[in-house]
Amino acid sequence: MTLLSVSGLTMERGKHMILRDVSFSIGKGELIGLIGSNGAGKTTLLRAVLGLLPAAGHSSLATLPQRARARQAAWMPQAREVAWPVSVERLVSLGRLPHLGAGQPIGRTDRAAIDGAIADMGLEDFRHRTATDLSGGELARVLIARTLAQDTPLVLADEPIAGLDPAHQIQTMRLFAGLAVAGRSAVVSIHDLGLAARHCTRLMLLGGGRLVADGAPGDVLTPDNLTEHFNIIAHFAQTEAGPIFQPLDVVGMD
Amino acid sequence: MSRLMLALSALVLALVAAALVIGPANAPYGDSLAALFVDDGTPLTLVMREIRLPRAILALVIGASLGMAGAAMQGYLRNPLADPGLIGVSASAALGAVLAIQTGLAAAFAFGLPLAALAGAVLGVLLVLALAGPRGASITLILAGIVVSSLAGALTSLVLNLSPNPFAASEIVFWMMGSLADRSMDHVWLALPLIALGLALLATLTRGLDALTLGEDAAQALGVDLTRLRLTLVAGTAAVVGASTAVAGTIGFVGLVVPHLLRPFVGARPGALLWASALGGAAMLLAADILVRVVLPTKDLKLGVVTALVGAPLFLHLIYKTRRQMA
Repeated sequence: MTLLSVSGLTMERGKHMILRDVSFSIGKGELIGLIGSNGAGKTTLLRAVLGLLPAAGHSSLATLPQRARARQAAWMPQAREVAWPVSVERLVSLGRLPHLGAGQPIGRTDRAAIDGAIADMGLEDFRHRTATDLSGGELARVLIARTLAQDTPLVLADEPIAGLDPAHQIQTMRLFAGLAVAGRSAVVSIHDLGLAARHCTRLMLLGGGRLVADGAPGDVLTPDNLTEHFNIIAHFAQTEAGPIFQPLDVVGMD
Repeated sequence: MSRLMLALSALVLALVAAALVIGPANAPYGDSLAALFVDDGTPLTLVMREIRLPRAILALVIGASLGMAGAAMQGYLRNPLADPGLIGVSASAALGAVLAIQTGLAAAFAFGLPLAALAGAVLGVLLVLALAGPRGASITLILAGIVVSSLAGALTSLVLNLSPNPFAASEIVFWMMGSLADRSMDHVWLALPLIALGLALLATLTRGLDALTLGEDAAQALGVDLTRLRLTLVAGTAAVVGASTAVAGTIGFVGLVVPHLLRPFVGARPGALLWASALGGAAMLLAADILVRVVLPTKDLKLGVVTALVGAPLFLHLIYKTRRQMA
C-alpha cells in the first residue's frame, strides 16, 4: 500500500526552477533519506509534498483536507522554533492536536502516545523542564518526540539529526528505522551520508530541483553521483560492521 | 476549572461589587446594593442603575476585551510585546470619534461619537486586511497595522492641528485619554453585542494559538488553517477593540501587561491564556476605574491615564525580571 504518491511536482520562483518534475511514491516500512547539496531543493520538496507551498503537479498529501493530512503525515520543520516557555511535556502533547476535537481534553490514547514519544526519545528527565531553556540538541529531540506523538503513518522531518551528538544521531536514526520496521514510513532530509547509508532503506538524491537518483543507498551513492552532485570523492565499502561511508576530498569546486 | 481561573473569577466578582458601592454618592454599601435590586423610590436606585451599573459593566467587558485581544495578538504574533492596538483598530476608531467631535456630529446626536468611532474601526480593519492580504506570514499583518495606525494617528493630529475651535480640541484630547465616566446603559447596549461576538470569535482560537507555539509551518502541518485563524483574529480583535474604543476612548497597557503577567500561571500556553487574560483584564480595568474615583474624585482623572501609570511600572518590573533571567 502506498502512503504517499507524488507525480510531476514542479515549482518555479521567478526564473528559477526550484523543483522540476519530481515523481516518486512511498510504501509502508521505508526509511528514506532525502539527500542533496545545499540549495538542491530538499526543504522545498518536503513542504510542497505536504501542501505547505503551492506547486504544480500532484501530491496525494497536499490534496487532503488539513485535519486529515495532519493524521496522515507529521512534519518536523528545520527551524527549531518554540515561541513560549512551555514544558517539554506540553510541547510534545501538541502533537496530539489533530486527534482532538475542539475543546476535547487529552484522553488515554493521547496520554499513551505522549508518554511513548517521551520515552522513545529518552526525555523522561526533561519532562517538566522548560523547552526554551534546553540546548539545541535537546530541543531537537523534544521536537522529534512531538512529531512521533502525532502517531501518523508517515513522518517527514527536515534535518532532524542536525546538531545532535553522535550517540543521539545514531539513536534517532535507529528510531526512525524502528518506525519503518513497524510498518510506518519516514522521510528525513540529511547531510550525513554515512548515517544515511547505514540506516536508510532508500535514498533519494535531489540535484538542481530534479530527482536524479532514487534507490538503495549503494545504488545512489555512486562515485559519479557523488562527484556530480556533491563535489566529493568518498570511500564507500560494505563491511562486516555494515556499510561505511567516508568523504575523502573535494573535486570540481573552483 | 483551574485554581487560577477560580481566583481570578473571585477577584473580578469582588471588584464588580466594589465598583458598584464606591462612588461620590457615599451611600452605605448595603443600601447601595439593595437599591440596585429593589426600586425603593429614592435617588439611590437611579444612581445605582443609571450611573454605577453601566460603568461597572463597561469596565468588566472592556477590560475582558482588551485582555483577551492582547493575549490572542501575542499568541498569533508569538511576541510578548504585541498589543491589541497593533492592527490599527484603536487608532482608526479614535480617528472616527475625533472627526465626530470636530464636525459637531457628537453633539448633534447622542450616538454620533460611538457610531463614528465604530465606522472608523471598520474602515481601519478593512484597510489592514486589504494591505496584509488574507494569507501570508504574520509580519505582513504587523506592517499593515503599523501603516494604518500611523496614518490614523497622523490624520487625528491633522484634525487637532486644523481645529479652529479650542473647546473641540480640548474635548478631543480628553476623550482620547479614555474614560468610563457618565456612560449610560445605552452605551452598554451599543458595545455589548459586538464585544460578545468578538470574545466568542477570539475564544475559538485556542487550538490554533497553541499549535503556533511551534511556528507557522508546523502549526499548518498540525491541521491549523492559518488563513482562517488570521481572519478570525482580526475580526474578533476589531469587534472588541472597536466597540471598546467607541464607548470608552483609547485605554492602553491592559492588553499588553495582563497577558504578560498571567503567562507564567498558565504554563505559558497561549490557548489557556485567552480566558485567563480576559478575567485579568476585567480585574485590572475595574480596579483602575475604582482608583479613578477614589484617588482624585473631584478632578475627573482619566482611566487611560491611570492604566498607563499603573501598567508602565508593572511592565518595567517584568522587563527587569526577564533581563535577570537572560543574564
